[in-house]
Amino acid sequence: MTEGFHFYTQYHLLELLGLTARSPEDMLSCIKKVPVSSIYYHTHHFLQRHHYLSPEPPNDFAFWLMDALHLQSLGEEFLGVDTISFCNLEDLRGAFADILENHLLKGGENPNCMPGFEFHFLACYTLILPLPYTANNLQEFAELLRKVSIRSLYFHMFEARMRLGVRDNDFSQWMKGIGEEQLAHDISKLDPYSITLENLRGKIIRMVEDRVKN
Amino acid sequence: MSKINDYRAIVGDDEVDELCILADRLKGKSVQNINSTAVGGGVAEILSRMIPLLRDLGVDASWDVIKGDERFFAITKKIHNALHGLGVDISQSDLDYFQEVNRQNCELMDLFGDIVFIHDPQPIGLVARREHRESKWIWRCHIDISDPQEATMNFLRDYINKYDAAVFSAPIFGRSDLSIKQILISPSIDPLSEKNRELPPETIDSIVDRYDLDRDRPIVTQISRFDYLKDPMGVIEVYKKVKTHIDCQLVLAGGGATDDPEGPRILDQIKSVAEMDPDIHVIYLPPSSDIEINALQRASTVILQKSLREGFGLTVSEALWKAKPVIASAVGGIPLQIAHKHSGILTCSVAGTAHYLKELLSDPEYAIKLGENGREHVKNNFLITRHIKDYLSLFISLYYKGYLNYL
Repeated sequence: MTEGFHFYTQYHLLELLGLTARSPEDMLSCIKKVPVSSIYYHTHHFLQRHHYLSPEPPNDFAFWLMDALHLQSLGEEFLGVDTISFCNLEDLRGAFADILENHLLKGGENPNCMPGFEFHFLACYTLILPLPYTANNLQEFAELLRKVSIRSLYFHMFEARMRLGVRDNDFSQWMKGIGEEQLAHDISKLDPYSITLENLRGKIIRMVEDRVKN
Repeated sequence: MSKINDYRAIVGDDEVDELCILADRLKGKSVQNINSTAVGGGVAEILSRMIPLLRDLGVDASWDVIKGDERFFAITKKIHNALHGLGVDISQSDLDYFQEVNRQNCELMDLFGDIVFIHDPQPIGLVARREHRESKWIWRCHIDISDPQEATMNFLRDYINKYDAAVFSAPIFGRSDLSIKQILISPSIDPLSEKNRELPPETIDSIVDRYDLDRDRPIVTQISRFDYLKDPMGVIEVYKKVKTHIDCQLVLAGGGATDDPEGPRILDQIKSVAEMDPDIHVIYLPPSSDIEINALQRASTVILQKSLREGFGLTVSEALWKAKPVIASAVGGIPLQIAHKHSGILTCSVAGTAHYLKELLSDPEYAIKLGENGREHVKNNFLITRHIKDYLSLFISLYYKGYLNYL
């Protein structure tokens, strides 16, 4: 018998690493040595911090390269990294390092930012807690998804996939287990990086409720 | 006093439910907060709201204050200014006395907490007592230490490295010369406190009348302690530049803290400059003036926070929560609270502040939009419920290793 879906939530505690970049070369050096949780933080925190705004595609690295150093084209290369296609943070780190290495090898610009505009590397500690909510069928799932915090949605859609190395989001995995292959597939196909978390919640609820009705 | 359930209407049931779940994980642990003043200043204000809410969540939280005399607080004010990067002369005799008062407090105080949470430099030396206990110690720095006087930082570093973790308010405060874990936690405002709750219009009107302000002309306000680092003279310069174009009034209102001996002298200096212009209102507010501050902010057209240095600058969040347009210096934690031209205006000079003040006073629609965006940003990031969540996560994390933990 397939188990119900147990909802979890997660909390991030931010760590200041005391590492600062002033130039692309500094950034490369730091990207190579920071813990992977730092790569994770700088490519994901905007999803939670600005969950009420229309999402832009910023990772912090791209934003800083364009905003503080005015290196538009290098920044756009960072923007072009398709975060969702990576299931492993080390690979994501490697992709960013490759871009910077190629840029510097080709003799690309390596300016220092103005004082006060340095990039400060952060990392995050993640605490994961079970919530007292279990869905035993799709209808209950939709009701509970409406009730849980945005952090819970974030945990099951992003945290599990990227940091815990699970290949799919938790919702789709559970749905496959209860024979809802098509719904699982449809939710997997969503690009959660291009939509606000509240809109993502609404979209999944609608997909599940449509499936229940049909 | 507010209860945690009172916040459901503001932040939602899901947020409060999850705070309860998180707090449950601290059962059996006592959290002892220690600072240097019970009234006045941002730290005392946050603790006075936070401790009852932590208790309401079932956390065994308490708050104690160290004892010090006038000389001690004059020295700690020098240390405060030196950490902010000002050229201050701190003698060896000052440092000896600072250590002696900390030693005396070590002997007098019952340091019983499983988690001892020390706020700011004044009580930093209490960590000497940790050799005798298996407790966890955290140092919370509420000060801008992005560019401190090196000698003072060297003096404090030996103490800081004896803690399990240090907590700072903004990314720029992170340091490469500390051997302990450094955590980033922004402070917060309490939307249900006297200073921030909604006020009936008649309350606002009566307070505005009491201070002889004219509601028919724009009111530009800076609320802050009377302190050089808040640049009150710079604010007056800004006002004078704008006044030649727009007939506005300036309010400089604030109080003092018992651990800040400089306040009265600076207040006298400001008054002597202000007395030549009846539209400059210098208002000294005693510690129990939260409703007055609330009303003055709500009655203002634009709020300034032209600080030279800031630990965080919570008056910015207070003003934004009231949907007021804010022009503030890009120092300390202020850039976290304001996205330039989206949720307020960031400046770094008298000329820039005057330029944007004229613009906001001349374009009310733009000013309103900035205020609305600012309120939304504060709701999502700078309310006390988020702050409690961060502190609970910090306390719990002290008992775990690694970046990822299932509780």
